[in-house]
Amino acid sequence: MSHQPVKFYQTGTFTVGNRLLAPEQRSVQASAKRYNSLNSGHRACQGCGEALGARYAIDAAMEATHGQLVAANATGCLEVFSTPYPETSWQVPWIHSLFGNTAAVATGIAAALRVKGKAVRVVAQGGDGGTTDIGFGCLSGMFERNDDVLYICYDNQGYMNTGVQRSSATPPAARTATTMAVGVEPGNVFGQGKFVPAIAMAHEIPYVATATVADLRDLEAKVARAMELHGARYIHILVPCPLGWGSASDQTIQMARLAKETGLFPVFEAEGGEIKSALKIRKPLPVEDYLRPQKRYAHLFAPTLRADVIERLQGIADRNIRKYGLLEENP
Amino acid sequence: MDKPFAITLDVGSSLANHTGSWRTRRPVYVDRLPPCNATCPAGENIQGWLFHAESGDYETAWRKLTEENPLPAIMGRVCYHPCEGACNRGRLDESVGINAVERFLGDEALKLGWRFDAPAAASGKRVLVVGSGPAGLAAAYHLVRSGHAVEIREAAAQAGGMMRYGIPKYRLPRDVLDAEIARIVELGVKLRLNQPVEELEPLLGEFDAVFLGVGAHLAKRAYIPAGDASRILDAVSVLHGMEGSTDELKPLLGRHVVVYGGGNTAIDVARTAKRLGAEESIVVYRRSREKMPAHAFEVEEALQEGVQMKWLATVKEAGAGEVMVERMVLDEKGFPQPTGEFERIEADSLVLALGQETDLSLLQKLAGLNIRDGLVEVDAGMMTGHRGVFAGGDMVGNERTVTAAIGHGKKAARHIDAWLRSEPRVPAPKHALATFENLNTWYYADAPKTMRPMLDIVRRQSTFDEVLGGLSEENARFEARRCLSCGNCFECDNCYGVCPDNAVIKLGPGKRFQFNYDYCKGCGLCVAECPCGAIDTMAEDI
Repeated sequence: MSHQPVKFYQTGTFTVGNRLLAPEQRSVQASAKRYNSLNSGHRACQGCGEALGARYAIDAAMEATHGQLVAANATGCLEVFSTPYPETSWQVPWIHSLFGNTAAVATGIAAALRVKGKAVRVVAQGGDGGTTDIGFGCLSGMFERNDDVLYICYDNQGYMNTGVQRSSATPPAARTATTMAVGVEPGNVFGQGKFVPAIAMAHEIPYVATATVADLRDLEAKVARAMELHGARYIHILVPCPLGWGSASDQTIQMARLAKETGLFPVFEAEGGEIKSALKIRKPLPVEDYLRPQKRYAHLFAPTLRADVIERLQGIADRNIRKYGLLEENP
Repeated sequence: MDKPFAITLDVGSSLANHTGSWRTRRPVYVDRLPPCNATCPAGENIQGWLFHAESGDYETAWRKLTEENPLPAIMGRVCYHPCEGACNRGRLDESVGINAVERFLGDEALKLGWRFDAPAAASGKRVLVVGSGPAGLAAAYHLVRSGHAVEIREAAAQAGGMMRYGIPKYRLPRDVLDAEIARIVELGVKLRLNQPVEELEPLLGEFDAVFLGVGAHLAKRAYIPAGDASRILDAVSVLHGMEGSTDELKPLLGRHVVVYGGGNTAIDVARTAKRLGAEESIVVYRRSREKMPAHAFEVEEALQEGVQMKWLATVKEAGAGEVMVERMVLDEKGFPQPTGEFERIEADSLVLALGQETDLSLLQKLAGLNIRDGLVEVDAGMMTGHRGVFAGGDMVGNERTVTAAIGHGKKAARHIDAWLRSEPRVPAPKHALATFENLNTWYYADAPKTMRPMLDIVRRQSTFDEVLGGLSEENARFEARRCLSCGNCFECDNCYGVCPDNAVIKLGPGKRFQFNYDYCKGCGLCVAECPCGAIDTMAEDI
């Protein structure tokens, strides 16, 4: 089991920090001395979920390795907004790679460090495009060889940096530049795409987990757990994109929270291909609550209410809830 | 130039890129007024003292509390806690048990012997306080802490006013009352008992200012035809009589007692009668249960103890061993109307609890005073029409609770202090109210209210032991931690954590946070994710 929420110290572990918790119970992000691996001045949009998720994850990895960390980064939003030559926001040894070969680059770094006899750990990171589409071959290779790399995917469900095109992580019915809200089945089609955490589990690698930027403590615990293990590890973090999703910049965390609470994005962890635990839904909500605030789903509500499409999306959420056991047994 | 192949520029940090220039709205930290504080008649900073109780720092919590109210152990027993009715947590699950935590702090202070800080440097001014009820004690406390010499003159043999002579022991044990009064006296207040002020005017020359808090101790009467053998008492004397040192001095009510009235005093008398051994203790009230001015919980507790209620009835006649009551009905406006149906009830005594008035005889020769409906008129600074004479408590208002009186005493003391120093009192501007809509309640853990233990029913019917118990340390801390800290930063680090641009600076424990506007892009995440609504936004000048 990963993170066990502290239920009652006013806000327990729901908030980033809590003055009532013992110091060892506090989050990495609550520390005044956190690494700030991704520093201020980056050019991500207002309210960027990916910038937030990357700092959460890499700070946690830095904490777990006492700063002995190298990061390889796929092309994508994260690279473009953080490191326009010659300036960078990264405060961690960081290497740029191509869109598709980050996993392979990280494998190479890990091999080189092993040869040199250095106890430095390796992280590879990229968006959903660089992970689930373009870099998928290299990623699967890294998994099957069980290379000693933690791969982190920041999933914002599309190619946002190039103008919001569809990726294989774009959910059904969502509008993107390449899946327009036109025709009988507007938006992205049902029955396509893939859920890479499940594919990673099929490789039976030591550790696979999903997380969101709405559950910091869970995310930090998962990164810490991943760094305790060696071999290929994969963490898939849902990072809402105000630009691509058409949500308000102050609603980034709320969107991630609703994705988890509705069951549309299951938050769980698996070791050796077997699910160990799932983060339970705290306040079950219909998917409509998640869809309505996002402009990429606006065509489901106007000019006519597409109850049939919403119903199909609810079906996906219900299946996730069943499959991953997302509801408390005795609420 | 000693750079690697194809590299021509030095590596730079993104810190050179001041993304704050993107911003159209800026977040700002604010303090909003929590509804509990806004509602408290004594003006306590409830959220402020709960904050310290949350971390187990009870002494700091108590000191914060007593900046406004010197009687927390009494408050924690007799206050009707309107704060809990206003509490935002009430819309989430149940309101925070503020009153229970206050009592815990008050009791803890008595147990551990915490003392008030020594008064400020002596001002050389003398203030007379008439009456040692809650208003007088609160005024004396605040005045003495401001450095003024205070003398209280009390007509009765013991201090406390209605807290002693009106509130039964099962709600307020006298050792608690004595201890909290003693702590105020210890500050250097001169308390003179058995000193009724029959006329105020001759005393004015001796003092620089006067505060009047004489209360309302005269029972209102109603004309009830009564036979020679009937026994009619009033509630004020019955409750006053309970303070007699021996049983012989206690009022004789008999086995069948009828109390006439529907306020808290009527309920107090009925419950007292039950404890004195009455087989039947019946409250007769002319309107319905919903219309009773008594608090619902007091009515409920009385019913539990076996007190009977006769709603919609008036007493027409009192005779030997019985009273005659007439059944009433409410008309469409909610007023009771007679029906002509009568009933006889056994009654060894009839106690009238029909309200109280102030004895204003001491003010006879005072010029400039305005009296309206039996109440002394005061201005916004609690000053009467006679310069230098201030008043508060039951004699100026109809709210008539201990808490309201304490609030009057405090307010008057602050204005007396300003008046004595010839400075205008400029109260700090009030913050905007922290509404439920300001909160992000996702972050608060679910936690139901802690119930306070109640004395068993048999002892409630036969003894004057305290009915409502206190909370243990663990429960009190749990209860304090249910506070949502509405509108006031409680350092949860959310703003610091959720900023994608690291534009929040954590200043350390107790110092809160600061925005780094060089990098804040104005996304508003910190505002949306602040649990307690302590961040607002304002438009940038662009």
